[in-house]
Amino acid sequence: MRKTIFWIFLLSAFSVHAQDTIGSMTPKGGQIAQRFVGHIPVFEKYDVLEPVLNVDNDTTYIINFWATWCAPCIKEMPYFEQLHRAYQGQKVKVILVSLDFSRQLESKLLPFVTDRKLEPEVIALIDHDYNSWIDRVSPEWSGALPVTLIRKGAQRQIVLEEFSSYEELENIVKSFVNL
Amino acid sequence: MKKNALFSLFALTGLVLLIAAASPVAPGLKVGDKAPDFKLKNVDGRMVSLAGMKDVKGYIVTFTCNTCPYAVMYEDRLIELHKKFAPKGYPVVAIQPNDPEVQPGDAFEKMQARATDKGFPFAYLFDEGQVVYPQYGASRTPEIYLLDKDLMVRYTGAIDDNAQDAAAVTTRYVENAIAALESGKNPEPSFVKAIGCTIKTKKK
Repeated sequence: MRKTIFWIFLLSAFSVHAQDTIGSMTPKGGQIAQRFVGHIPVFEKYDVLEPVLNVDNDTTYIINFWATWCAPCIKEMPYFEQLHRAYQGQKVKVILVSLDFSRQLESKLLPFVTDRKLEPEVIALIDHDYNSWIDRVSPEWSGALPVTLIRKGAQRQIVLEEFSSYEELENIVKSFVNL
Repeated sequence: MKKNALFSLFALTGLVLLIAAASPVAPGLKVGDKAPDFKLKNVDGRMVSLAGMKDVKGYIVTFTCNTCPYAVMYEDRLIELHKKFAPKGYPVVAIQPNDPEVQPGDAFEKMQARATDKGFPFAYLFDEGQVVYPQYGASRTPEIYLLDKDLMVRYTGAIDDNAQDAAAVTTRYVENAIAALESGKNPEPSFVKAIGCTIKTKKK
């Protein structure tokens, strides 16, 4: 049993790694996730995810907090998919942090990601003690979804509502890439 | 010297601009602020205001709606809160802040249907024209403003620390805050963040 878990872990870690075409493009959330639902790494605690989201290098990270039940999140999802495709091979990484409910990871999140063939990396965060970590994402964030954090090194910008167009998202990302 | 003064002026201007840019624009009520009263239509058709409620020691003003999964997960707990604390002088006063043109599931008739289905024992008010929620600075559903009888905000934020599983709750923030008020103390914590849905408005 233990061996099986080890192999699942190793395979998952490898598959996440294989998708990462640029070696410098850490984080590889899959390697430190506590468990997986399908190929999606699941984090029980924000403490474990935090270093992945705060890794310090010259890559621009677009970290979107969303959920399958959040209608405005789904509406803006195409912009993140488009961004992911447009910046492939560049130092830009989209991370979609799902806040779907833990009991719906198998029934809602995984089918959504699979059916849509969602390309950007998806991570599930199920730390329900929200007050302990919302401020660590950004003190300005009230907890309302969606929210998007764009960061590169110490430079950060938080967008507290959904994007109304792809251009709106890309303009912010461009300003970070050119830093 | 002149150059120095000019530089200082520049630096100061820059600093002022930076501060202006950094502070969030929406003011919103904080603990210690006096909350505005309102007059909103209840699902039973009557107009409800805080001043119109008799024999109260405070109000559990809750921005919530029909459509947000988090709001739905808290419906039963809001009912329990009201049943437990309304007799002690702290009724739940629920306000639905979403624009039904953006979120049709939150139309007044849908609110009435939901209130009937669930048997809400508390007022479920429609913030028609979205006038009240900006005065409070509410940003999501569900979100609580616990007011004392002078309408002073004493606690704001989450109901408890586990939205998804009522049985696994370890800290009941609102209940603890009321207990603090009852014993003449300030609630601690007085502000707790939680995940919720954005309040739905038309894009300006």
